[in-house]
Amino acid sequence: MLRFFLAKLLYLIPTFIGITIVAFGFVRVLPGDPVLLMAGERGITPERHAELSAQLGYDRPFLIQYLDFLGRLFHGDLGTSLVTKKPVLTEFLALFPATVELAVCAILIATLVGVPVGVLAAIKRGSLFDQISMTGALVGFSMPIFWWGLLLIIFFSGTLGWTPVSGRISLLYYFDNVTGFMLIDSLLSGQEGAFRSAASHLILPSIVLATIPLAVIARQTRSAMLEVMGEDYVRTARAKGLTQRRVVSVHALRNAMIPVITTIGLQVGVLMAGAILTETIFSWPGIGKWMIDSISRRDYPVVQSGLLMIAAIVMIVNLIVDLTYGLINPRIRHK
Amino acid sequence: MTRFVRRLAAVSALALCAAAPVAAKTFIYCSEASPEGFDPAPYTAGTTFDASAHPIYSRLVEFKKGTTEIEPGLAESWEVSEDGTEITFHLRQGVKWQSNDVFAPSREFNADDVIFSFDRQGNADNPMHGYLPGISYEYFSAMEMGDLIASIEKIDDYTVKFVLTRPEAPFMANLAMPFASITSAEYADTLMAAGTTEDFNNKPIGTGPFSFVAYQKDAVIRYKKNADFYGEAPKIDDLVFAITPDASVRLQKLKAGECHLMPYPSPADLADIKSDSNLKLDSQPGLNVAYLAYNTTVPPFDNPKVRKALNMAMNKQAIIDAVFQGAGQVAKNPIPPTMWSYNDAIEDDAYDPEAAKAMLAEAGVEGLSMEIWAMPVQRPYMPNARRTAELMQADFAKIGVDVQIVSYEWGEYLKKSTDPSRKGAVILGWTGDNGDPDNFLAVLLSCAATGDGGSNRAQWCDDQFSDLITRAKQISDQSERAKLYEEAQVVFKDQAPWATLAHSTQYVPMRANVEGFVMSPLGDFTFETVDIAE
Amino acid sequence: MTDMTPERLSTWTIRRRMAAEFWFYFSQNRGAVAGLAVFALLVLTAVFAPLLAPHDPILQYRDALLVPPAWTADGSAEYLLGTDAVGRDILSRLIFGARYSLFIGIVVVSIALFGGILIGLLAGFFGSWIDAVLMRVMDVILAFPSLLLALVLVAVLGPGLTNAMIAIAIVYQPHFARLTRAAVMAEKNREYVVAAQVAGAGRARLMFKTILPNCLAPLIVQATLSFSSAVLDSAALGFLGMGAQPPAPEWGTMLAEAREFILRAWWVVTLPGLAILVSVLAINLMGDGLRDALDPKLKRS
Repeated sequence: MLRFFLAKLLYLIPTFIGITIVAFGFVRVLPGDPVLLMAGERGITPERHAELSAQLGYDRPFLIQYLDFLGRLFHGDLGTSLVTKKPVLTEFLALFPATVELAVCAILIATLVGVPVGVLAAIKRGSLFDQISMTGALVGFSMPIFWWGLLLIIFFSGTLGWTPVSGRISLLYYFDNVTGFMLIDSLLSGQEGAFRSAASHLILPSIVLATIPLAVIARQTRSAMLEVMGEDYVRTARAKGLTQRRVVSVHALRNAMIPVITTIGLQVGVLMAGAILTETIFSWPGIGKWMIDSISRRDYPVVQSGLLMIAAIVMIVNLIVDLTYGLINPRIRHK
Repeated sequence: MTRFVRRLAAVSALALCAAAPVAAKTFIYCSEASPEGFDPAPYTAGTTFDASAHPIYSRLVEFKKGTTEIEPGLAESWEVSEDGTEITFHLRQGVKWQSNDVFAPSREFNADDVIFSFDRQGNADNPMHGYLPGISYEYFSAMEMGDLIASIEKIDDYTVKFVLTRPEAPFMANLAMPFASITSAEYADTLMAAGTTEDFNNKPIGTGPFSFVAYQKDAVIRYKKNADFYGEAPKIDDLVFAITPDASVRLQKLKAGECHLMPYPSPADLADIKSDSNLKLDSQPGLNVAYLAYNTTVPPFDNPKVRKALNMAMNKQAIIDAVFQGAGQVAKNPIPPTMWSYNDAIEDDAYDPEAAKAMLAEAGVEGLSMEIWAMPVQRPYMPNARRTAELMQADFAKIGVDVQIVSYEWGEYLKKSTDPSRKGAVILGWTGDNGDPDNFLAVLLSCAATGDGGSNRAQWCDDQFSDLITRAKQISDQSERAKLYEEAQVVFKDQAPWATLAHSTQYVPMRANVEGFVMSPLGDFTFETVDIAE
Repeated sequence: MTDMTPERLSTWTIRRRMAAEFWFYFSQNRGAVAGLAVFALLVLTAVFAPLLAPHDPILQYRDALLVPPAWTADGSAEYLLGTDAVGRDILSRLIFGARYSLFIGIVVVSIALFGGILIGLLAGFFGSWIDAVLMRVMDVILAFPSLLLALVLVAVLGPGLTNAMIAIAIVYQPHFARLTRAAVMAEKNREYVVAAQVAGAGRARLMFKTILPNCLAPLIVQATLSFSSAVLDSAALGFLGMGAQPPAPEWGTMLAEAREFILRAWWVVTLPGLAILVSVLAINLMGDGLRDALDPKLKRS
């Protein structure tokens, strides 16, 4: 197992170097110039422009800048935002919990709804429930989520007034950020109603973000279940006269879960992409919105390090998924 | 009563039970963007100043509420020398600095703070000059303060003298701008000793009406009333900025009672706001102008007749209707009507495609094909440049002029539009910094501003015009200055380096029970006068 | 030459039988047939857009700004689905928008398919360091969330439809490369390939004529999936202002322009999104049908 782990890890090193090159390279060839954006309509003289560029270190050769970037990376320095002049890491850590909170809620919704629906649809293959739920899953899978979010806002916040429009918690509640997770902090604060407020702010964004993973998980669960139920050992179990319930829960489900867990793990990348759109629509102060804003402001260090961090997270989660898969399914290890 | 207000009442009641003598009044402002930081000097965005300079700090002189006139601030009075190059300020005594968990002031505001506030921006040797990585003082340099100020001398603890290199009438207005906010020299010393100078930007200390409590990035800023404020104390106890970038979301929050006041409503929603009895709407022409600048050095646009003809072919009212949704007025001068010296006697070129066609033929121009540049972003003076360009394209087609609309990434756009050899006519605009006509006419249309990187996008250099505005800058008598500026506007209209498009109207929707909000012609949002009616 | 004739004939017969079998399984799936029907309709709409659209999609009726759809109280029969903020007919814009979506799908899938197959074939066929380098590059691309990478790419290339399509295609092609490579690796040592090799077939012929046709099935399934994702992602880019630029009647761009009206004019927001959803759904339904028909493993169950 350790060898498998080390081999996987070794395998990641060239990929990670590639990621740093992409993050650095792309961002440095972005057209547009943060110095110009700072100057705005007023314009800036070529001399002053050169002076400011030199101050920011953008007049040096690319390779030197890249090596400098790597060197600082090894010391845990992700650079400083050009807009706020604050360390990128500080900003990332301030916003990251918001995205994690949203993503965790979304994946919970997707799993807790998706898996049972998929199992049920598989058991009752061809039934009305199967047809409706799988059609629903396909609709969810085809959903432009930015539009879906707008619709939910119009209906639930606008017409019905049930949910708040945006933000993470009502501004009436004010307490210290202990963990950065609003649901936990609101409970810790002990303020009455704070948790309810945080939860009600979270509900629409999580539903929107959960839509596509939910559809994928439901479909994957159903087909994994169908496949497993066709296997010999399940047929044998059935032939032995075990109840349907026992066959499903003991034999089929356990084996079907292997690909499903992988699928859930692979949704992390999907979630990060979805977070960009969801956070934009709901003014959710997280990483996705931060990246969009930073791209449009040409805040190079933020885009660079943000890309890097996000890719690293996706990579690590995929590694964990791989390892879990290796644990559950020993056949993979020896390939 | 909305659910929110009921909850507010419940929470206030709770606060009462907890032995608080009076229920705290909390005012929530749905702001449209995050502040870049809380030190007003290195930043340029209006939203940053609304969150830093206006609530937290004060300046030597201030803009009188709702006007662009100067009134005493931290300086109680001042004298200007005969030649206009020496200004002596007499400072207010007994002004207390705010405090926070890392700083308790040992002294009151004095001349050292004034000198520190300017020295740290202009003097590279000041230990606080480079206290943030990559910091620069854009306004200080853009307003040419470094060239203008020869020295600042401390006469005594409560008297400072500014020595200028030349007489400059708009200088006093510059001192009322956010970048000229007075910061605490003692706070800087404390932080330098502790090695935490970044707190100067993160945990601001000022002398303004509110003191800073906390900022949660991209979400919320909290302030509380500064009980020691030297001016009239604010009527609200807590001020909260709820950062909400999307205009329609802001409005939803306002309607739901989740905030009391919001900036920049979408023009599409104005009718809806007016019909809502829970809301009210203040409005005022903004201190801005949107224009289409021809490149007056490139044929055929070097011919004023061609420029005039195009201006006449443009249906500006249609732009106001479709792009501004009525939230603006047609511009005929390069400065807005709220500004002193606005020349109302000037007549705008009438919309007349036939005459325009004839005039173009007269100038010997046929089958003209041109670029119109549309900026990719929304600005306070221009809600949708792309849509404006589309309207112009349709208008110009009627006189046989073929238009291609081009756009670049915003930074690129700003840069390329200053290229002296630029082919296209460019849509752009300007929002005034300090209410002085010089801030429009000299910045946007003087010979000095032409060339690569300059802000004169028409590359227009007219001797008569430049002479008028240079003279106006050196006189301190406002009515004499006004006469010169009025004359300059006549020259401008005659030569037509731009098509002046519009002055946008600024709307501020708020809950009906909000009292005492004063709109600023400069577009600032300040809350020391607001109150919430019971 | 003479001995080639019977082989060719039989190939043709086999192909015809395969097609018949494919259609049999495909038509079993009602959803897939419905998807195909909607898709066909979409193609027809796109092809005949100028004939179908009642108005010019970018013509502005200045006296008809934000007219609601015909069936509402203030609607007008002139504009069946209403008009937008500058008075353009929404129905006509949606009809012309179908062109954009199909065009985007086709271009993105073609580029991604071509690039991916090429890379996959090279990597799978030559192996060793070529394989290692190419696959690491693919890993790097896959490590980024696709939309984020596409966003940065578009920011690099400049906003616009062409650049958005290129960016999305780049982001998608690793999937094709991986599939092709895996298929090549699996097929490489099969008897028929070895036989062809022994018979003296050149490398290029081996790659394109012998191996490639045998790994088409998963590629086709992936291509339909990518087609629908391309429509979604380009709409998302348009929505974020990085895709097709106004006044192009691209659905995502229409949504972005309409966002400021969500409280006042529901039709400018609802309809373009609905158009996206319906076309993506139709393509996905087709994709499901294709997969079931092409994948023998699932046919069994």
